Amino acid sequence: MAAADRPLVKPRPIYLNLFAIRQPVPAIISILHRVSGVLLILVGIPVLLWFVDASLASPERYAGAYGALTSWFGKLVLLALAWSVFHHVLAGIRHLLLDIHLGLDLAPARRSAAIVLVVALLLTLACAVRLW
Amino acid sequence: MVGPVHKLAVGAHYGGWDWLVQRATALVMLAYTVLFIGIVLWNGGLSYPVWKSLFANGAFRVVSFVFMAALLYHAWVGARNVLMDYAKPTALRLALMIVVVALLAAYAGWTVQLLWGDA
Repeated sequence: MAAADRPLVKPRPIYLNLFAIRQPVPAIISILHRVSGVLLILVGIPVLLWFVDASLASPERYAGAYGALTSWFGKLVLLALAWSVFHHVLAGIRHLLLDIHLGLDLAPARRSAAIVLVVALLLTLACAVRLW
Repeated sequence: MVGPVHKLAVGAHYGGWDWLVQRATALVMLAYTVLFIGIVLWNGGLSYPVWKSLFANGAFRVVSFVFMAALLYHAWVGARNVLMDYAKPTALRLALMIVVVALLAAYAGWTVQLLWGDA
């Protein structure tokens, strides 16, 4: 009788305010892996196909595409895509290394996550310098 | 005993297949990237004639197509994982999945047109 009265699911405090929880670095690069992947699908692939298509079609279309990509807005798009590629590839390589049990412990995993985050940003910065 | 598995129509394959595909396609893309950088270095940069002759080469077209196929399959597995996590109502998830499939199929068509069209 006493056991049946007890609720199956105990009410527990739930605290899921994403803006107040301090995320560890591996969690941050994980969500950025997703964000960059979605950006590449929606913007990266079409821009790549459009640019290669234009470059092969004719010198005029190439000049037009080049002009669009080197405009103020075009450079911003390129920069966002450059970061997406760098972050996604680096985070992906980190994943592959974890899969073969390299750097699985907490400390190395956090360090490699920080490296991914920082190196992707540095490479993006290098692109920004090159673009402007 | 393993309990009953409730398979979702808008879920993924239940097993390691997609996990493996995501990694295999990633390796294909990495290999293509290394090859492409090698070609650029070999030619000492990319001049317009080099660029044109590269895409006139049948083997390069096929290898580029394999890269795009790997990219689109990888994109599908990733996009579906994202939708399975964030698009909870079945109708919404199914609708967005159809949008993604249509988009990726369009990219595939564009790729073929670009590589083998007579532009």
